[in-house]
Amino acid sequence: MDRNEIQTKVIDIIAEQLGADRSKITESTDIANDLGADSLDIAEMIIVFEENFDIDIVEEDAQNISTVGQVVDNIQKSLNKGGAE
Amino acid sequence: MIQVDLNGQVAVVTGATRGIGFGVAKALSKAGAAVACIGTNAEKLNASVEQINSDGGKATAFICNVADSAAVKQTAAEILEQYGSRVDILVNNAGITRDTLLRVMTDEQWDDVIAVNLRGPFLVTRAFISAMRKKKYGRVVNIASISGMIGNRGQANYSASKAGVIGFTRTVAKEVANRNITVNAISPGFIETDMTAVLDPMIVTEMKNRIPVGRFGQPEDIANAVLFFASPEASFVTGQIIAIDGGMIM
Repeated sequence: MDRNEIQTKVIDIIAEQLGADRSKITESTDIANDLGADSLDIAEMIIVFEENFDIDIVEEDAQNISTVGQVVDNIQKSLNKGGAE
Repeated sequence: MIQVDLNGQVAVVTGATRGIGFGVAKALSKAGAAVACIGTNAEKLNASVEQINSDGGKATAFICNVADSAAVKQTAAEILEQYGSRVDILVNNAGITRDTLLRVMTDEQWDDVIAVNLRGPFLVTRAFISAMRKKKYGRVVNIASISGMIGNRGQANYSASKAGVIGFTRTVAKEVANRNITVNAISPGFIETDMTAVLDPMIVTEMKNRIPVGRFGQPEDIANAVLFFASPEASFVTGQIIAIDGGMIM
């Protein structure tokens, strides 16, 4: 799965989870500050990323995620590590 | 028995060896579900599972103490492996009592009851929730108690654990509602099982006088409510606590 595919899927999930307008989400969008997600929204989103990409996101990494781009980076890293796809 | 079609579904029942859990496992099995029966006494659990299977059921025994985190993880992995990562129904039923007045209740009596009755549902539900989330389907039914709703003399530990189960039920229901997973609880009143067979006859008589329908409940009375909550048709019912008690509390 290449970076663009990951990005598309990540933005789809974020838009669905937060009921946000998909067209307004970019890699530089801050999930908490720009989209109004609280800590539980983010925790739930991480579970959904894990389920959808079949990966485990490390707890410390999860704590440091603030922008959409960081999520994409993190998922790409996890996919490469796991050798999945 | 209520007619519900659970053919092709997988159910997990904790404390399935005796009493309410056994009644629930039998009912789910009769409704067509494959049932993973969890218990701690291998010999007795195997006998119960054999009884279900000789009656045409598809039950399997899994020995596990629900209060033991590592054991729950291991058992959940075995169950998911055996049933193709699918669990549709989870009934958290395993429970114990260590009744005594607060004034003389030991730390162990408190801790043992909280461990099985409250930590157990937490560990077991956590172990299966991912599988349900992935399938976007699940029915969790927790067995609470009217003791957790109105209190009961001699049961500070038990009633606290069951009130905990009720709070747990409502919170988890909120967390997973968007995944088409429902979480409900049943509060049995006085049900004739081994758990209530050890009570003082004086207390039993007094209890019976407080039941408007004038009889004690049977495990089947609880199993019928479980069948309803576990059915696909109950998809709009979640976070609810229903007392099945012959009208004892109302």
